[in-house]
Amino acid sequence: MKILVLIGNVPDTTTKIKFNSEKTALDASGVQWIINPWDELALTRAMELKENSAGAIEMVVVATVGRQETEATLRKALAIGADKAIRIDTEPKDGFYVASQLAPVAGGYDLIFAGIEASDYNGAAVGGMLAELLGIHSISSVSGLQLEGGQITINREIDGGSQTVKMTTPLMAIVQKGIAKEPRIPAMRGIMMARSKPLEVIPAIEVDVLTSFESFSLPPAKAACKKVPEDQAKTLIYMLRDEAKVL
Amino acid sequence: MSVLVYTENWDGKFKKISFELASYAVALAEQMKVPAVALSLGKVDETELKKLGNYGIESIMSDTNENYIGLDNQAIAKAVAIAAEKAGANVILIAHSNLGKAIAPRLSIKLKAGLVTAIHGLPLSLQPFTVLKNVFTNKAVGKVLVHAEKKVLTLAANSFGSQENIVTTIINHFDAGLSNTDFATKIEQTNKVTGKVLLSDADIVVSGGRGMKGPENWAPLEELAELLGAGTACSRPVSDEGWRPHSEHVGQTGKMIAPNLYFAFGISGAIQHLGGVSSSKVIVAVNKDPEAPIFEAADYGIVGDVFKVIPQFIEAVKEIKS
Ligand SMILES: Cc1cc2nc3c(=O)[nH]c(=O)nc-3n(C[C@H](O)[C@H](O)[C@H](O)COP(=O)(O)OP(=O)(O)OC[C@H]3O[C@@H](n4cnc5c(N)ncnc54)[C@H](O)[C@@H]3O)c2cc1C
Repeated sequence: MKILVLIGNVPDTTTKIKFNSEKTALDASGVQWIINPWDELALTRAMELKENSAGAIEMVVVATVGRQETEATLRKALAIGADKAIRIDTEPKDGFYVASQLAPVAGGYDLIFAGIEASDYNGAAVGGMLAELLGIHSISSVSGLQLEGGQITINREIDGGSQTVKMTTPLMAIVQKGIAKEPRIPAMRGIMMARSKPLEVIPAIEVDVLTSFESFSLPPAKAACKKVPEDQAKTLIYMLRDEAKVL
Repeated sequence: MSVLVYTENWDGKFKKISFELASYAVALAEQMKVPAVALSLGKVDETELKKLGNYGIESIMSDTNENYIGLDNQAIAKAVAIAAEKAGANVILIAHSNLGKAIAPRLSIKLKAGLVTAIHGLPLSLQPFTVLKNVFTNKAVGKVLVHAEKKVLTLAANSFGSQENIVTTIINHFDAGLSNTDFATKIEQTNKVTGKVLLSDADIVVSGGRGMKGPENWAPLEELAELLGAGTACSRPVSDEGWRPHSEHVGQTGKMIAPNLYFAFGISGAIQHLGGVSSSKVIVAVNKDPEAPIFEAADYGIVGDVFKVIPQFIEAVKEIKS
């Protein structure tokens, strides 16, 4: 059995977002890049599944679409434990473009993990699109996943509750919080081993771009917070009713 | 040409977002000078279907196949695609809900459509088709162009509001022709949160952070929420510690919410927390640390002790309700 984990390369969650002077692209100077938080959890869960599978899961592969600078993120994924990394050498343009680049390398896996969204452009698109391109089933908002034979038991969040469901392989699991408790931190040994693991670079294919960002803007600065003293807390509720008109 | 809006239900009742989505569809259809058609999948009776007519929907396609209750991502995407072809839709609107996020990408591939998720506001232009969406987890806004002829759009909850507009509605029976084998998701167990306001539906949200000190202190916060008809939420460490259920975790890695009013009690306002709540229309912060970053995001604030402030809030809410 083989697992594929899709990896996004995104700015650290504390990054102060700035754009270039034309406001058409992120100003990446000084940005620290990380594995997209949900992808990191997915990889952690994939490693747990492999370790508990008594050899049934032969390998965990990670794949990303990006230029050479994303290799640091892939090396981190290898250090966490992935056996092999694939990088498709192009600038990711939109969800459809990324899913289409991944489709030729994503066949033949029993289980594919994708994050519910990437924390940069919040597209929430690649996992579902790739499943459709591959013609396999997908399940989203996955917060838990157990494997037994070919049977997969999944916990998923639904609007206003949660469900336990059964599915079969091949499957695309689009994951969110809960899929693993804490993301795994690479150990020294893992970092050493990652250097000699295979990182395959594949040329991009021709794909239409269906959507594009024309420009970006930052939200307008907020007016100063109106403060009320602690012992007059009640007046704040009246302000919410009479001034803000939200009660 | 038309705008097709997929109005989700649970157990035969439309979700609140479905009415917001219907209102958006009607406004967009007017802008595009085409009709708006609603699609309902699953057992929804006529009285319930007619409620869409309160939000301007004149035509409904209803497929009452019971299997949709299983929320199978592939099957629902397939049914919406078939409906979209039948309705000649060039824009398909979906809620940015758990289900919406699951089906919209699949649907966009089937229709060879451009997908934009979590949009807010009507298109700025139809030629080229231009919409706004938040990016970098609410830290910025992006202007997106859709180059494909067909568009699949998911709408961010509470970004448009539902607008009453009573019209007469025609219900057309529709059969997407799905068979049992299309539904691959086998449901073992469903846990529905009952008797509580859903976070995704809540107009007011009352949220607590580590400053609440422990799960035993949540009673006043819950009392306030109940008086206000509000949903309850929490910061990530609070759910990680098991003080509150994971479903209440809001922020970058939890739920993104946009209520009219958000109360943050004992929450420092870390950037990852704000990412999930900064689209709230009004934010009220109570924190004993005057330097806490939450005050930069808040509209109203009290530098003080949550345990002294919440009882006063409860008293004041009781006064204005009586
Ligand atoms: C990748 C990543 C993703 C993350 N995602 C999220 C997320 O989705 N959501 C999220 O919330 N966090 C998230 N975090 C964590 C985030 O960085 C903060 O650690 C977290 O939000 C802090 O929670 P808090 O405000 O409850 O606790 P603290 O930061 O400990 O703040 C507690 C506050 O309570 C105040 N206080 C204490 N006692 C009282 C009192 N009696 N009265 C009034 N005030 C009091 C203190 O002054 C303090 O400001 C994420 C972090 C990372 C690295």
